Amino acid sequence: MGYMEIIIGCIFVNNILLAQFLGNCPFLGTSKKMETAVGMSMAVIFVLVLAGTITWLIYDLILVRFDLVYLRTISFILVIASLVQFVEMFLKKSIPALYAGLGIFLPLITTNCAVMGACVLNVDKELTFVQSLVASFAYAVGFGLALILFAGVRERIILARVPKQLEDTSIGLVTAGVIALAFYAFKGMV
Amino acid sequence: MAKTVTQEFTKGLWEEIAPFRLVLGLCPVLGVTTTMENGIGMGLATTFVLVCSNILVSILRKFIPAKVRIACFIVIIATFVTVVELLMQAFAYPLFLKLGVFIPLIVVNCLVLGRAEAFAFKNKLIPSVADGLGMGVGFTLSLGALGAVREILGTGMFLGMSVFGASYEPFAFMVQAPGAFVCLGLMLCGMNIIGSK
Repeated sequence: MGYMEIIIGCIFVNNILLAQFLGNCPFLGTSKKMETAVGMSMAVIFVLVLAGTITWLIYDLILVRFDLVYLRTISFILVIASLVQFVEMFLKKSIPALYAGLGIFLPLITTNCAVMGACVLNVDKELTFVQSLVASFAYAVGFGLALILFAGVRERIILARVPKQLEDTSIGLVTAGVIALAFYAFKGMV
Repeated sequence: MAKTVTQEFTKGLWEEIAPFRLVLGLCPVLGVTTTMENGIGMGLATTFVLVCSNILVSILRKFIPAKVRIACFIVIIATFVTVVELLMQAFAYPLFLKLGVFIPLIVVNCLVLGRAEAFAFKNKLIPSVADGLGMGVGFTLSLGALGAVREILGTGMFLGMSVFGASYEPFAFMVQAPGAFVCLGLMLCGMNIIGSK
C-alpha cells in the first residue's frame, strides 16, 4: 500500500467518524461550538499519533512475541489511559499555553473510541510501523475535518427554526447523516 | 429518595434508555445495526459486560480509592470485555467477525464506564445489578429496533423473509453509513413526539 493511498483512504474514504462510526460521542458532544470542536480535533490528532505508535510497538514487540495477543484490549486501553494522563501532566508543566487550549478535552480522550479503534484497526490490518504511523495521523485528520465541518453546520442550525421534537441531538444526527452522505461520494476512490 | 429494585431496572428501558436519552455509547449503535441480528448480538455482549462490571465495582466500591477509581473501572471493564471476546470467538464466530472492531471497543463505550461511575460506585450490589441489567436491556432493545428498521427498509427483508414482496426496490441508503445517522435521528424525534404527549 502506498502512503498516499493510506492518507486519502483514512481521511476521506474510511473516515473514522462518518464511515467507521468511531468516536461519535465527542462528535455530538463537542460540536456545538466551533472552539470546542477545534480543541477536540487538535487533542485527538496529538494523542492518536502517539497512541498509534506506542500500541503498535507494544503489540508487535511484546504481545505477538510472547504469544499474549489475547491481552490486546486490556493492554491497549491501559496504554491509552496512561498516555493521556502523561500527556496532560507533561503539557501542564512545559507547554501551559497548549494545555490551556486542550485542557478539558484531554481526559475525555481516554473514552474516545476513535483512538482505541484506530489502534485496533492498525494492528488488525497488519500495517508496518511507518504505515500505521501515517494511518493514525490520517485518521485523526479525518476526525478533525469531519468534526469541524459538522460544528460549522451546527452553529448555523441554532439560528434556524427547527421543530421542537427534532431539536438538538435529533437534528444533529440527521445533519451528520447528510455530511456522511457527502463523504460517501468518496467511496471506491481508493 | 431510594428507588426500588424494579424502578432501577425499568428506568433503563424508557426514562433513561441509553442511546436515546443519555446519548451515550453511540458508536456501536450506529456501527453494527445494519441488521437486527447484529444489533441484538452487540447489545447482549454489552449487557454482559455492563452487568458484570457493575457487580464487581459495587462489591469493591469500599476498597477502591476514589483517586484512582477510573483506572480501576477500566481494568475491570477491560477484563470482562476480554472474556466476551474469547467467548464469542469460541461460540459465535460468524457474529464475532461481523461485529469486528466493535467488540474490543466495548471497553471504551462510555455507557459502561458511565454506569460504573454514576451508579455502581455509589450503590449496593442488588440495585447495581438491576441498574446494569436495565440499562443493558434498554441498550439491546434500541439496537435491535434500529437494526430492524434499517434491515426492513434497506433490504426489504426481515430475518430472511421478504416484507414488502418482490416488487419492493430496497432503499439501500438505510444500510449504508449515512442512513444510520438519519435513521437514529428520526427515531429520536419519534421518541420525543411520543414522550411529549
